[in-house]
Amino acid sequence: MTNPNGRFGIHGGQYIPETLMNAVIELEQAYNHYKNDPQFNAELTKLFNEYANRPSLLYYAEKMTRDLGGAKIYLKREDLNHTGAHKINNVLGQALLAKKMGKTRLIAETGAGQHGVATATAAALMGMECVVFMGEEDTKRQALNVYRMRLLGAEVIPVTSGTATLKDAVSEAMREWTNRIDDTHYCLGSVMGPHPFPTIVRDFQAVISKEIRQQILEKEGRLPDVVMACVGGGSNAIGTFYHFIPDEGVRLIGCEAAGRGIDTFETAATVNTGRIGIFHGMKSYFCQDEYGQIAPVYSISAGLDYPGVGPEHAWLHDIGRAEYVPVTDDEAVNAFEYLSRTEGIIPAIESAHAVAHAVKIAPKMNKDQIIVITISGRGDKDCAAIARYRGEDIHE
Amino acid sequence: MSNIRNAFKNGKAFIPFITCGDPDLETTGKIVRAMAEAGADLIELGIPFSDPTAEGPVIQGANIRALAGGVTTDKIFAFVSELRKDVTVPLVFMTYANVVFSYGIERFAAKCEEVGIDGIILPDVPFEEKDEFAPICRAHNVDFISLIAPTSENRIAMIAKEAEGFIYLVSSLGVTGMRSEIQTDLGAIVQKIRENSDVPCAVGFGISNPEQAAKAAAVSDGVIVGSAIVRQIGEHGKDAAPVVGAFVGKMKQAITK
Repeated sequence: MTNPNGRFGIHGGQYIPETLMNAVIELEQAYNHYKNDPQFNAELTKLFNEYANRPSLLYYAEKMTRDLGGAKIYLKREDLNHTGAHKINNVLGQALLAKKMGKTRLIAETGAGQHGVATATAAALMGMECVVFMGEEDTKRQALNVYRMRLLGAEVIPVTSGTATLKDAVSEAMREWTNRIDDTHYCLGSVMGPHPFPTIVRDFQAVISKEIRQQILEKEGRLPDVVMACVGGGSNAIGTFYHFIPDEGVRLIGCEAAGRGIDTFETAATVNTGRIGIFHGMKSYFCQDEYGQIAPVYSISAGLDYPGVGPEHAWLHDIGRAEYVPVTDDEAVNAFEYLSRTEGIIPAIESAHAVAHAVKIAPKMNKDQIIVITISGRGDKDCAAIARYRGEDIHE
Repeated sequence: MSNIRNAFKNGKAFIPFITCGDPDLETTGKIVRAMAEAGADLIELGIPFSDPTAEGPVIQGANIRALAGGVTTDKIFAFVSELRKDVTVPLVFMTYANVVFSYGIERFAAKCEEVGIDGIILPDVPFEEKDEFAPICRAHNVDFISLIAPTSENRIAMIAKEAEGFIYLVSSLGVTGMRSEIQTDLGAIVQKIRENSDVPCAVGFGISNPEQAAKAAAVSDGVIVGSAIVRQIGEHGKDAAPVVGAFVGKMKQAITK
C-alpha cells in the first residue's frame, strides 16, 4: 500500500534535513531486508507471545452490549499487553530491528508516556541505552510514567520548547537524532514522521487487525461491521484497520480528540479541523494557521495531543475508506467512567475516545451487527487526572 | 547568472543570517542595512516558523520572539519590497517547507521574484523532495539552495550536480548553534563538491568567531553565521544594529585576510 517513495496518495514523503537522509535510507534498506527474514520474524513473534502477552484478547462486552441495546460490542484488549498499551508492538519490532542494524542506543518521544515506557522496557530487555524526550507539561500530567521510565533505566529529558507537549518532544527527538546518528535509532512511536516510519510502525501494529480478524471469525464466523479506534498520530488505529482495508463491508472509524470542541481552538481533531501541510517529515493534515504556523493543540489526553495525523490516515480519509470523527473531553471522560462501571475495565483516556463514539452509534445499529473497539491502553495512568477533571483533589 | 553569484565575486563571501521580525521588522531593516554596509555579501532572512526542527535554542528563541511580535509571511514580503528600494545585496529566504507550502509554492515563488528575493533555503526539503519546489522557484528566477551535510557521503555528487545559487555545506551534525570546534573534514567534502559542480560553496552551522570563520573560508567560498548574530540581537533588541554591524565587519575582515 506504499509506493516506493513512501507516499500514501499525496501524503507522506521524506521532508527532513539532509543530515538524516542516509539514516532513513539505511533504515529502509534494513527493514526491507529483515521484514522478510524468517529468523527476524520468529524472534519478533517470540517476543510478542512470550514477553508482551500476545495475542491480546478479543473480549465480548456483554453488559455494554445489553445496556446500549444495539450492535454486539467486542473489545480488542491491547490494554492487557505488557506495559499496558499497544505501543509495545511497535517498540519490540523497532528495537529488534535497531539491534540487528548494530545500534546500541534508542531515543524516543512520548506524549502520555506509554511509548516512552515501552521504549524504556525494550531497551532494558535488549541491553540498549535509552533517552526519552517528553514535553515538560506532559511530565507533570503523567508523573508516574516518568518514574517508570527512570526505573527501567531510561533518561527522561523534559522538553520546554514550544508548547512543551508531544509535538515538541518529537521535534526535540529529531534534533537529537541529527546530533547522534551512528549508534542511535530513533524509535518513533506512531505512524508518522518521514518514510519509512509510517510503514514500519504500521506493519508492526498490524498484528492487532490480524488477530481481530482471526478471533472474530472464530467467535462469530463473520467479519465485523465496524472497527474503531482512537487516533492521535494513529498507530493503534492503523493497526486496527490494516487487515480490514480491503474489506469494503467493514466500516473503519477513527476517533479524534476534539478537546473542548471542533468549533473551539482548544482541539486536537486534525482531520476534522486541519489543512494539508508539511511537518515532522511528512505531508499530511495538520492543525495550523493561515501562514502554516503549527497550532498549539489541546486535548485532555496527552497521547492524542498532537497537531498532525499519520499520512496513511490522511489518505484513507481522502479516498473515503475511513471516517474520522471528533470526540470531546467530556464525552471521553464519560466513556472512561462508563466502561469502568459497566465492564470493570478502566480504559486509557485515549481509548475512551473510541468507546465514547461506540456509545453513540451502537444503539442505532441492529443486534446482529458487530462493532470491534480497540482499547489501546489501560487507564491507571489517567485516574488522578480524571479525578481532578471531576473536581476531586487527588495527586499521584 | 543569478544575483547570488555576485555575492561570491568579492573574495570569500560572508553570509549572515537573521530572523525577520526579531524583535520587530523596523529593527530587522536597520540590522540588514548595517550588515550590508559592514561588508555582508549575501544575507539570509529567516521567515519564522513555530516549530523550527533544524534550529538550536538560540534561533528557536528568535522564531518565538518574532512570531510573538506578530510578524507574518505577508508582512515580511512587504518589508523586503521596502528594503529593496535601497538595499542591493543578494537576499535569500531561509524558512521551513510548511511556510512555503501553505502560502502556495507558486504564489510564494512569484512573490519572491516580485520583491527581489534571490533564493530560498528549506532545511526540511532534501534532494528527494525538491522537485515539488525547485522547478517552480526556477521559473521565477529564484534559486533553490541545496544543503550538503557531513553524513551526505555517497549523496554529494548527486546533490552537487543539481545545485543552483550556492551550496550550503552543513559543518557539523546536529542543529544550528555555536560550537567550540568543528570536527568535520570540510576540505574533503568541498573537493568532492568541486568535482561535480562549479556552484560556490559556503559553510554554515556552528561558526561564531573570526578564527572559525577564517578556517572554514580557507577551504570554501564563504561562511554563514546565524546563531552568533541572533544571540546579539536577543541581547541588544532594538539597539542591535550597530553591534551586529561591527561583528559582521570583523568577520568579513577575518575571512578576507
